[in-house]
This record gives sequence, structure tokens and C-alpha cells, in this order.
Amino acid sequence: MAIMSFIFVFFFFSSLQPILSLYEDQVGLMDWHQQYIGKVKQAVFHTHKTGRKRVVASTEQNIIATLDLRSGEIFWRHVLGPNDVVDGIDIALGKYVITLSSGGSILRAWNLPDGQMVWESSLHGPKHSKSLLLTTNLIIEKDNSLIVFSNGRLNAVSCIDGEVLWKKDFEEESLEVQQVIQPPGSDFIYVVGFAASSQFETYKINAKNGELLKHESTAFSGRFSGEVSLVSSETVAALDSTGSILLTISFHNGKISSQQTPVSNLLEDSLGLAVIIHSSVTGIFAIKTDAATIFIRVIGEGKLEVVEKTNHETVVSDALTISEGQQAFALVQHAGSNIHLTVKPAHDWDSNLLKESIKMDQQRGFVHKVFINNYIRTDRSHGFRALIVMEDHSLLLLQQGAIVWSREDGLASIIDVTTSELPVEKAGVSVAKVELNLFEWLKGHVLKLKGTLMLATPEDIAAIQYMRLKSSEKSKMTRDHNGFRKLLIALTRAGKLFALHTGDGRIVWSHLLQSLHKSESCRQPIGLNLHQWQVPHHHALDENPSVLVVGRCGPSSDALGVLSLVDSYTGKEFSSLRLVHSVAQVIPLPYTDSTEQRLHLLIDADKHAHLYPKTPEAIDIFQSEFSNVYWYSVDDDNGIIKGYALKTKCSGNVADEFCFDSRELWSIVLPSESEKIITTATRKLNEAVHTQAKLIADQDVMYKYISSNLLFVATVAPKASGEIGSVTPEESWLVVYLIDTVTGRVLHRMTHHGSQGPVQAVLSENWVVYHYFNLRAHRYEMSVIEIYDQSRADNKDVWKLVVGNHNLTSPVSSYSRAEVITKSQSYFFTHSLKAIAVTLTVKGITSKQLLIGTIGDQVLALDKRFLDPRRSVNPTQAEREEGIIPLTDSLPIIPQSYITHSLRVEGLQSIITVAAKLESTTLVFAHGLDLFFTHYAPSRTYDSLTEDFSYALLLITIVALVAAIFVTWILSQRKELQDRWR
Amino acid sequence: MKWVKVIVSFILTLSFLSFPSCAFQSDELLVDDEEFGLEGAPQHRSPEPIPTRSPPVTSPTRKRHSDLDSDSKIQFSLDHAFGDSDFSPAGTFSARLKTWSHGGQTLTKLRFSRNSFSDVEKEKFKNLLESDDFYRIRLPSNVLSPPGRDFIISSVKARCLPRESLDEHFVIHMEGVNVLAVNYGSPGSCPYPRNLKLPAKWSFSSHTVLKNREQAPRAPVFTEEILGGENAEGEVLQPAERSFWAKYWMYLIPLGLIVMNAITQAMNMPEEQATGLVPAQGQPSAGAVQRGPSSAVRRR
Repeated sequence: MAIMSFIFVFFFFSSLQPILSLYEDQVGLMDWHQQYIGKVKQAVFHTHKTGRKRVVASTEQNIIATLDLRSGEIFWRHVLGPNDVVDGIDIALGKYVITLSSGGSILRAWNLPDGQMVWESSLHGPKHSKSLLLTTNLIIEKDNSLIVFSNGRLNAVSCIDGEVLWKKDFEEESLEVQQVIQPPGSDFIYVVGFAASSQFETYKINAKNGELLKHESTAFSGRFSGEVSLVSSETVAALDSTGSILLTISFHNGKISSQQTPVSNLLEDSLGLAVIIHSSVTGIFAIKTDAATIFIRVIGEGKLEVVEKTNHETVVSDALTISEGQQAFALVQHAGSNIHLTVKPAHDWDSNLLKESIKMDQQRGFVHKVFINNYIRTDRSHGFRALIVMEDHSLLLLQQGAIVWSREDGLASIIDVTTSELPVEKAGVSVAKVELNLFEWLKGHVLKLKGTLMLATPEDIAAIQYMRLKSSEKSKMTRDHNGFRKLLIALTRAGKLFALHTGDGRIVWSHLLQSLHKSESCRQPIGLNLHQWQVPHHHALDENPSVLVVGRCGPSSDALGVLSLVDSYTGKEFSSLRLVHSVAQVIPLPYTDSTEQRLHLLIDADKHAHLYPKTPEAIDIFQSEFSNVYWYSVDDDNGIIKGYALKTKCSGNVADEFCFDSRELWSIVLPSESEKIITTATRKLNEAVHTQAKLIADQDVMYKYISSNLLFVATVAPKASGEIGSVTPEESWLVVYLIDTVTGRVLHRMTHHGSQGPVQAVLSENWVVYHYFNLRAHRYEMSVIEIYDQSRADNKDVWKLVVGNHNLTSPVSSYSRAEVITKSQSYFFTHSLKAIAVTLTVKGITSKQLLIGTIGDQVLALDKRFLDPRRSVNPTQAEREEGIIPLTDSLPIIPQSYITHSLRVEGLQSIITVAAKLESTTLVFAHGLDLFFTHYAPSRTYDSLTEDFSYALLLITIVALVAAIFVTWILSQRKELQDRWR
Repeated sequence: MKWVKVIVSFILTLSFLSFPSCAFQSDELLVDDEEFGLEGAPQHRSPEPIPTRSPPVTSPTRKRHSDLDSDSKIQFSLDHAFGDSDFSPAGTFSARLKTWSHGGQTLTKLRFSRNSFSDVEKEKFKNLLESDDFYRIRLPSNVLSPPGRDFIISSVKARCLPRESLDEHFVIHMEGVNVLAVNYGSPGSCPYPRNLKLPAKWSFSSHTVLKNREQAPRAPVFTEEILGGENAEGEVLQPAERSFWAKYWMYLIPLGLIVMNAITQAMNMPEEQATGLVPAQGQPSAGAVQRGPSSAVRRR
């Protein structure tokens, strides 16, 4: 007994300082990491030199990356950040990647093999304008130069060191430069643009020194619209603003001559508004209308001829020079489940250099972009490869009629994530394809044993490591006892749903949602969020679980909503519906019907509540809880928080019994001149709290104020809502609120003077932790507020509890006056944050840790005990035993507690925690551009043996012991016999 | 028996270790609430706002024409609604507007006068009680230029209010002259299965509390410990005067256990020898007896 308690106390003390790092050989056992680049905007091939062939890509997520052309792997990549939009990329001198970004004001050169930055120069100019990057083989003062037009200034920049060789301003206010052209082999540059939308201007500039050689302009009766397409080095095609007249303008030797052709002359039927497609194929340009893409050839002096009229889903690449004076371009067209890749020479539309048909997965949608590259085949003819960007943002390389590789870059822009359980393993149904046989199992254990006994050779160690990483257990398609194997269901910005296996991160299925597909009735569909629609339990186990995808047709909140229901096991969209109302809020209700479908309340922009699923059973369940449904809305722009309850059935509509009117119950109006809402946080709906009492040092009890209706709101002074440092400490403050969302009571309000956002906050149990910047201390701070219920505080008497004279079991009502006390404390913290989350375990027994997404795109675990408001400079012995850490002014960053260890989750957006079935463990999924998943045990895995526990060693030890007992027994028998014989 | 000893010694150890414990001292900033009914009294500051109970106000208004400037006195009205009905006046708040030297304005000395229910209102309220519906109130969001940007609304289930009379409790959160929020409800608890109960008296007894913003505690600054600040465990702060026992108890207890075990073993040993020696001696003798003939044979 005493030994037991001694051991218990020993373990208790030893657990006070948990070491939460992992060993080198444990990397990759529980975690996986995937790298993505996002939707490719522009791609440049680099295949001339021998050695590794690459493609350089810039993406909509502002990444510059080089990919291996053989495998699609990333050689290197740079994330330029949200404010540094890439305008253009190119390769110069065969060894530098040149990028123009930030609205044409930053020009950088990166070393192609390793991605080191070679030089950077900033280009400023008199006004904001379109940015154009043009690489030339011009040699100015022995330097190869680049021509950059940005911010109303033409610059010639040296490729070697980024020095600006000459510059020329185009200050005329109304001038919109459209193209910068260098006719091949010449030493002058044309700058072509529109002035005041109706005047065509050309400037001929000496490329050696930037001197203006000639300036011509011609006025047109109509107005120009949009882009111009370059037809030859001295001819452009443009459309007027009505989209009905085509203009071909040639400026040979500075002399402008133009030709106007009505679109209706070329096409019999009217096609509505046309836009010109940016392309650079000599002699041909394309216009796009609502129904079709039309390719038009320019013959001689402004004569136009329609060469082909194709359906909408046709994509054309830029021109590629394949040999002296010969250009080719690629066309991609859809035909059923195949795509046709056609490469044509620019001068002859009717002949094809290449025509291939490739089977394409329907779930990738339409082709959005195509980039081509040529190579010399073994028979010395021209071969072509094409890089295509699909509707779901994936990137594929096509060569010789096959897909060489594909990258699922849609996963770089995840909007929302939810999880789903895997199917239960049933006898007779072999779901696991990767089962090992007995011999391999034995071999594995013998190897493990060798490793434990340090007898293993380096090859053996490598084999053990490989085995551990490729453990078949973790990637099975069935549910496990510990709840580690799940499906992570992710909705991406492209409207595609992915299911990832938590074991190894592979894509189990993916589905391009029909409801989020662009159509006539839904022009700009966007996905909003994911909810668990059906989680089968006891009586509905035969059903597959399903998820609800909520979206809307447009960016504004009053656009009509769309819903889809997707089976989580197969990825089939079994129901999709267009709503007749908008979706402002989705509230999963804590009620399920007989098939375990969760009831959801969708609130529209007019504050009507709509109940889903629309079944009579759902309405029955809902009616009984009708008066207990409350919700709130936060209006960030006006600073008003309002609470609502349901009233009656909708009045205006014709007999829609699933629609309810709401009534306003409470409102909080924040003064607009002094406060602006920047962050809100609520508790996770599925969070479990193990105990509502907290035992403090002197045998006293405090009762946690645990309410699922707690809302944390942070406001700052309107002036201080900008960048850090834009205001003085005197004019900035941060006010935090804790609000009960049923009654609208402000439970706590507190002001941090001299502080400002951005605020990141997490609310869990009875505490909230938030992070902000303290202007007075010039440091980031993290504060904690813990909230305790005083109305239960007099339940400390044991006798009261025994007799039953206490109010602990009575239902809690929000309408009772809340007697709460709060404790708070602030600490300095070194990092700025990108995201914050808290570990979540199934029963809430395990102590909590905060998961902090640092500015370095890593995830740091910080024990909640460091953010305890009761920390004091000299905690008493009793407090120390309770686990209170002496007060320090700043929170420690322990290098071992980075749960992403050496990896980075580039562009970290959010951290999602999911409880495993094992109480000690929480599953952590961090996503941004990259994905990272790991298991994390905040108090170590106290309830299970580790993965690398050697059962064989245990068995052998037992066998050896038993053998030893027998041997010694026999020996002692023999000795005794001998003694007796003596 | 020896285990009991061990347990006792263990408990003693624990209690010894926890001896210097003292009560938790909150570093929370004290709330200073300006409360109704404290005018003239010295500023009372307590960590917990103790609302004073005002007598049920029956007279519609009680204006003071005393030494105060008339322009610094303001009034704003409370409206109420029964269920989804429209709002109608229900009472008046009057307060003194204090202008600080730095330009800020705050309200002090808030008074509230409640209009008593008319018969129609009584009937409406009864209906609310029967249908367990909401009794709603509203305040202007700006007391100087009502209603300000919007009204502050709060509501409570009507069944929470009746006790002896109709008990209500207001906590008005202010920011200068702006009302941010009002917590409205019964002064005590309102347990969930709300039972229908009619008040004995149809008059209101109101409690009002005015709350202004509260300053957050600053982060502690240890200038001298900035270098040691990284050491989260705060080993530096360990008091040096820990006794030998406090330091090494974890070694001493098992040692004590072993010693005690050894002693009891040793004490048992003589007894066992005393009693157990007999068979121990007997065995060889028995063996000797058994062996006897054979050895005798050998000897022969």
C-alpha cells in the first residue's frame, strides 16, 4: 500500500517536468508532411542544358518554385507572402530565375540550381500601372539586360547584378501601357498603350540608352477595352469597349495604320460581349465570348479570317519558338472523359505537329492553363510536353500521350477540415490489403530484438527504420482501438473535397463538388464550411457517415446558398441542392434523428432560421426543443453583437414548415468611435470537460464556470486596427469581453492600455488565452483569463455533499445571475502568432497544452500551466506540489517542444485538433500551403505502450526467466541429492 | 502493522512539506463600481460589487434640485416590451455626468425610478408568465443623445422575475457616455424548470450597478532577471534554507522502509530460529535417521 502510494507520488513528481521531444528515429512514425505550391499562374521551362530538367512556376499563393520535370518534386520554393504578388517570372542567362513582384516594384534574381537569391532591386516610378517583364538578349555595356515596365517607368536592368542601366518615365496621367515589344534582332523597343482609352500611342525607344526615338498617336472614335493581343512584333489586335468591333493596329516603323472590322462580319450569329485572350502567337489571336472561343488569323494588312470556332473549354498556350522563325502553340480541348492536346505551328492552322488524346480523371474538372515545352526526340524530330493546370488547381505533366506526374496542389488552399471515422473491421471482409504474413511478422520482431540488444548491423537498423515507417498498421482502412486512424476531409478553395488518411496522408478519394461548380445559376460559387452530417452510432451502423458542405453563389453574404451531402467512405455526392435562401450562419444542433442525421439550423441574411434535414421527424425533434434554441450574430463592421431566439413559423412564405422567424433578445452596441471588433472565439462544441471543480493548494475548491455559450470578443481602438506601430500607446487599447450568448450578459470586461492587435485567441473549458502586441513594452504578450463560478462556491462542506444539500446536480440556467470571479495574468511572449489552438482529448482528463503556430510556420506546444493566472513569484510548497510554476515575466520557448520538429508548415493558416480514442493522445493537423499531421500526447502516453515496445524482448525475458527457474530448480535438486548422499 | 507506521510517517511527511502553505493572494485589480444609493457616502471600494438594495420605487420621478449643476444631470429612459410587443416607457434613470479634466465623461450616482405596472401591463405580464415568454427591456446606447446608434436590448424569461415582489437586477456596462450592454435579470438564481408563480406584490424592487471599464493586470516585469527569465522552471528562486529532510525525503523514506523491513526481519529471525530451528535441526537428524542404515552399510 505504502509502496503504491510512494510510486504514485514519485510518478506525480516526475511528471511535473515532462520532456516532450522526440528522438531522431521517431520522426515520420506518427507524423507526415506534404508540400504544395498552389495554383500555378505562370510556368517557365528550363530544359536546354543537360542535367536536371526543371520547370519554374509562380502561383496564385505567391510562391516561386522549381519542380523536377521528371517527377514533379519540389527542388526549392520561396513563399513571397500575401502582399508580394508575383507579376511575372522568367529565366535569364540560363541560370537565374527573374521574378517581378509587389506591383512591379521588386525585381529579384534567384539562382536556378539552389534557389539562393542573387540580387534584388526595387523599381519605383511616378504612378501605379501595369507591370510587364521582358527578357531580351540585348547587350548594353557588356551586360545582358532585362526590360521592365512598372509604375509608369521603363527600366533596363542588368541581369548580372540588378543594376538599373537606364530608365524612362511615361508620366502622362491617362497613359495605360499595354505592351512592351522588342522586334527580334533590333535594338529598339516599342512601348504600346492607350491614352484616355481612345487614343493609341506608340513610343519607339532606343534599347541601348532609353532615348525616345519616335512618338506617334492616333485617336479612335470608340473606346478601347481590356487587353491587346500581339499579332506580330509590329501589329496588335484590340477590341473596343462594346466588344463588337475588332481593331488591328500596325505601327510599322512608327507609322500607325489601323483597320476596323465588326465582329458580326466575321461571325454570322451574334455572340454577346467578347473579350480578347492574352496570347502571343504570331498571326493569330483569340477572342472569347460567353459561348465559344474564336481563333482569328490576320492575313496581310488587317484582313481577318476566322480559322476555328471552338466550345468554351478550350485553352491555348503561349507561342513557343521551336526553330529559327518557326513557332508552335498548344490547344487543349475536352471531349468526354478525354482531353485532346494539339500542338500546331503558328503559320499553318490546318497542320498538327502533335495530336494526343489523354484519359483524364473527371474529378479534375476543366483545364485552366497550359504551358508547352519542346524537346528533340531520339529520331531527331520535335517532341512536345505540356504542363496543364486543372480546375481543381492540380498540376499535371503530359508527354507522349500519358500523364507523367500529377500534383494535388489544390490542397495548398484548404478552407475547412473535418474528420470521419473509418469503417469497422468485419470478419470475412478483408479491407486491409497490406496485411503481413507470419514469417514477416516474426522476422520483424527478430530484427527489433536485435536492435534492442544492440546487435543490429547498420543495414538491420535501416531495415528496422523502414519497417517502422511503413508499418502496415497505420495505413489500414479500418477503425483501430486507439482511434488514430481517421479520414481527414478537407474542402479546398477550388471546390474539391479530399479525404486524407491520417496514417500516411495519402488521398483516399477526392471529389469535385457539383454544387460548387460554376454554372448559369451560380456564377461564383465558393465553399464556406464543412459539417458532420451523419455520424453513425449504435443503431445506424450500416449507414456510411457523411459530411455536409455549405457554400454560396457569390462573395456577398446574401448570395443564395448551396448544400451538398457527401459520403465519407466513397466520396460520392449523394445529394446536392440549391437553396432558395442565403446562408449567413450554420448551427449544428445537438440533436440527431433516428438515422443519426444531425439537425442543422441555417440562418439566412434576413435572420430566418431554416431547419435541415427537411423531414417530418426532424421537425418533431426540433419542436420539442424549440424554446431552447438561441444564437447570436457578430457584426464586425458596425460593432454590434445581437442575440436571437426562434419565434414562429415563417410568415410570408407559402407553407414552409422548416422556416422560422427569429426575434432579437439582446444586443450589445460597442461605441464605434472607440472600439472595433477584431477577434471572436468560442469553445469547441465537442470539447469534453472532465471535472468542474478545481482543487487549489490549500485544500480549497473552486468551481469552473463552464458554459458552452461563452463568447470571447476582442476590440481595439479603430485607429489601432492597422499595422503594429501605426499608433502611439496612448491612442491604442485592447478591450476583451466574455459574453454569455444566451442572455447577452457581459461576464467580464477588461482593458489593456497601450496594446493592439492582431489578436489570436483560444477559448477552452473555463479559460481564454489571447495574444496581442503591447506597444509600451514593445513586445508581444499573451494573457489568460480564467473564470470561476461563485454561486457553487459554498458547496465545499463535505457534510452538505453527503446529505445532498447542494446545488451541484441542479440544471444550470443562463437566466440565473452569474456570480463569477475572474483571474487573469499577462506574460510576454517572443513570437508573433499565425494560429493558436488547444489540445483536445476524448474525456478531457489529460492536461491541456496550447499549440501555437509561430511566425516561422512551426507548431509550438506550450503547457497551459505556464499561462496560469495563479502563478506567483514564490509559490508555497503546496502550490508547487499542485504544479504552479514560479512567476516569470515571459513564457519560455523550449526548443524540444516544437511538435513540427525540423519541418515547416509554410503559410500556416490553422491548427486543428481532434481527440483520439486514447485519452492521452490528441491528433494535430496543421495546414497552410503544406500539410502536417502528428499524434501528440500532452502528458506523454501514460495509457499505452509505445509503438517501438519490443514484445519479443518481453516474451524472451519471460521464457528465459522460466528456463532459469527450471534450471536452478533442477540444479538445486541435484545438489540436495548430492548433499544427502554425502 | 508496520505499514500503518509507514503510512503515518508518510502523511506526516506530506503535511510537513505542505506546512508553509498560505492562502492564494489574488493580484486582481479591484473593481470600483459606482453604485446607486451611495451618494454622499465615502467612496466604498470592495473587490466584489455589493449592490445596495433600494426600496421599491413607486413614485414616478424623484428629481433633485440641489447644489448640483443642472447641466451635469442627465436622464435616460428605460423601455420595456412584453413578448413581441412594441416598446413602451417603463422608467427613468437619472445620473450625474462627471466631466474629467482630461475630457472624459462618466456617469456617477445613478438612480432609477420605475413606473409601476398599469392594469393592462399587469395583464400582459401575467400572459407572459403563463406562456413562459420573454420580458424585454431596452436602453439607449448613448445617454447624451438617445438612442445613439442603436438601442441596447436585454431580455429575461418573465418567470425569473417574480418573488415577493418583482425583483430585477441591472448591471449597466458603460464606456464614457455610451452604454455598451446591460445584464438584466433576477438578482438571484432562476432554476431551470421555471415554475409559474405570481408575485405577491405588483411592484418592482430594482437593483442597479454601473460598471466601467476595468484595467487589465500588467505583465510582471523582472528587470534584474531578464537573463534568467528564460529559465522557466525558476530554479534560481528556490529557497536555500530547505532542510536536509525536505531535500532528501525521497531517498530517506525507502531507506527507512528497508531498515524497518530489515529490523522486523531481524526480530522475526530469532523467533523463527527459536521455533523453526527444531525442524531445521530435525531434518538433518531425520535425514540421518533415514540415511542411517545406508551409511551404516557403507561404514560397514
